[in-house]
Amino acid sequence: MIYLDYNASVPLRPCAQKAVIEALNWQGNASSVHQVGRKLRSLIDGARKNILQDVGAERLVFTSGGTEANALALSGLGSIPIVASTIEHDSVLKSAPNAHHIPVTEEGSIDLEILEKILSSFDKPGLLSLMFVNNETGVIQPLLEATRLAQFKGWKVHTDASQAPGHIPFSFKNLGVDMMTISAHKCGGPIGIGALLLKSDVHLKPLIPGGGQEYGMRSGTLSASLILGFAAALHEALKEEPRVSKRLHKFQQKIEGALPEAIVYGKKGSRVGHVLSLGMPGVPAELQLIAFDLNKIAVSAGSACSSGKMKNSHVLTAMGVSPEEAQCAIRVSMGWKTQEDEVDAFIQTWKNIHAKQIIKEAS
Amino acid sequence: MVTRPIYLDYQSTTPCDPRVLEIMLPYFTEEFGNPHSRSHAYGWRAEEAVEGARGHVAKIINADPREVIFTSGATESNNLALKGVAQFYKAQKDHIVTCVTEHKCVLDSCRHLEQEGFKITYLPVQPNGIIDLNRLRDTLTDRTALVSIMAVNNEIGVIQPLAEIGKICRERGVFFHTDAAQAVGKIPMDVEAMNIDLLSISAHKLYGPKGVGALYVRRKPRVRLTALITGGGQERGMRSGTLSTPLCVGMGVACAIAQAEMREEYARLCTLRDRFYNTIRSELEEVYLNGDFEQRIPGNLNISFAHVEGEGLMMGVKELAVSSGSACTSASLEPSYVLRALGVEEEMAHTSLRIGFGRFTTEVEVDAAAQKIIIEVNRLREMSPLWEMSREGINLKSIQWAAH
Repeated sequence: MIYLDYNASVPLRPCAQKAVIEALNWQGNASSVHQVGRKLRSLIDGARKNILQDVGAERLVFTSGGTEANALALSGLGSIPIVASTIEHDSVLKSAPNAHHIPVTEEGSIDLEILEKILSSFDKPGLLSLMFVNNETGVIQPLLEATRLAQFKGWKVHTDASQAPGHIPFSFKNLGVDMMTISAHKCGGPIGIGALLLKSDVHLKPLIPGGGQEYGMRSGTLSASLILGFAAALHEALKEEPRVSKRLHKFQQKIEGALPEAIVYGKKGSRVGHVLSLGMPGVPAELQLIAFDLNKIAVSAGSACSSGKMKNSHVLTAMGVSPEEAQCAIRVSMGWKTQEDEVDAFIQTWKNIHAKQIIKEAS
Repeated sequence: MVTRPIYLDYQSTTPCDPRVLEIMLPYFTEEFGNPHSRSHAYGWRAEEAVEGARGHVAKIINADPREVIFTSGATESNNLALKGVAQFYKAQKDHIVTCVTEHKCVLDSCRHLEQEGFKITYLPVQPNGIIDLNRLRDTLTDRTALVSIMAVNNEIGVIQPLAEIGKICRERGVFFHTDAAQAVGKIPMDVEAMNIDLLSISAHKLYGPKGVGALYVRRKPRVRLTALITGGGQERGMRSGTLSTPLCVGMGVACAIAQAEMREEYARLCTLRDRFYNTIRSELEEVYLNGDFEQRIPGNLNISFAHVEGEGLMMGVKELAVSSGSACTSASLEPSYVLRALGVEEEMAHTSLRIGFGRFTTEVEVDAAAQKIIIEVNRLREMSPLWEMSREGINLKSIQWAAH
């Protein structure tokens, strides 16, 4: 099986696997004051420090994943105006049902002038939530500029950066945002953990109060195993980023070059290298997925969370793609383990499926 | 040689059972798919494994698998149960009943709801740690949405009369939630027989991994919730976020093992507990058990050692991993609010240790722990003027301490 669905979940990196398994054998609760608890606490604190150092942030709150981190970021500041782009992940859009939405261009990115106008239309500042890298198209948003613009007007800025680490130069400090969501399993760590990175002056009302862990912003017993696995994966993903993203950009170009009949959504925008939103005119995504699966290639029609429903992508719709066209798009996403021969096999299979369609149309 | 401390803190967390670990591990490596991916075999196999695990979790509480939703742990489950029900039914009902000895996350959720305008009744407990059913009955009104009473207390191990509470709630048309983090896998839990509508479970309290738990949500009569974490709409829309296949699988196996071994393990822990307690009582005077002796799980003893400072005692028995209360709040030196609620005086509450026994506790460990505690308590008492005075028959409460 060739796995090209990294944006749904990235296979666990060996370094993370080692850390997870080793820590699963440790006993104790990191909040306990006895030796066993203190030992665990110091290991977790070490991992926390490593993550903060790697991403250049001052503080973080561990959560159960990107979805919860987004929910916490969007609800934690209380009832203030929220502005978010139309192409955010569902966990952002649904956490802020009353948010004002910024449209995107055909290239899949927000327009800063429109953002400026929208923010100016509010009489008091609120929270801007803008994703760093889109999970379906890979289009990079002008986050740095948007952040400066928003903060100049007194707004706080949150970014869902779940798909960014390992694929683009990454620094919390340089971006200057107030809050940033990261997810372990999107960079080769275990599923079940994520974090909200915070500037130290940001205080959030907890979504899950209780024992008061994580600066009172998120209660619940911490899992050393998940945290150490997260830290190990993130470290490696960031360290290998220049090499891996260069290789994946090459694969992306190879696919695009080999498939001139394919529509590549967001092609003109600034994109990361590991993901492609690919349309095969006239062939519904469901049929493509079945055909790819029969050829032992795992791809998806969009975000995994809602992939059971086979509804049209809200991201492509926001980019002005018609429903007929959008339902023929699949998502191909690669990662640290992807090899060139797997990319070649994908290209060949895509061509075969496409050729059958042409014959069918002709007959 | 440095030996590992004797672990007697099973209410704080339990070690992951090696059998659980073994079954979980492949899901960290070969079977890494996202269980929500519907377009390929990686996703299907992960989903199948998650659904198998859901079945095991359902079985241990006699529920239908469709009634079990996975969460990140019992803290989240409790939050979701309380806030979810409160928010969903707030147009008709705005009253919630809970109890003063609940876990901090239940009490905190209630405080947050109070700030939003809900009325909360905090039921007191009797000196044995158990609620008074008549008081519960009296406090229910037609505005009551939910009663949340824990199954087993995390500090003192007492079991609340769940079936009776469930019966009262059902008769009055009020939903019954129970935080069963300390109960599932230890004592038989049956959502049907006990008329439980919502039930919180934690995997790491029953020899599973940390970072996963579950909430049982009854389908008939249906309980509805407003989600706390929205997004992809997983878990029937009640809890979004990618499920971790290995963690869910681990929790499922942990439930299956606990269920299969419950009867035998219960008897074994009773024997160990009695052996420990009898040794302590035969060697030391003025030790008091906190909480009912009969209505309690065998894996917990909460004991006050009069005139011995709990933190000092803990320092003195460094070779033992025990605690003076709940782990979440154990970093603070406040006396336990649970013990205070039983009417234990502040001085006495400060002298308490929570001793937890579990699956990997041995007779040798129990004997060694009892001896260490006996020696240390005697040593501390010998140094204590209070102990001396009490030996001489002075009533310490009659002393007028000089202010300084």
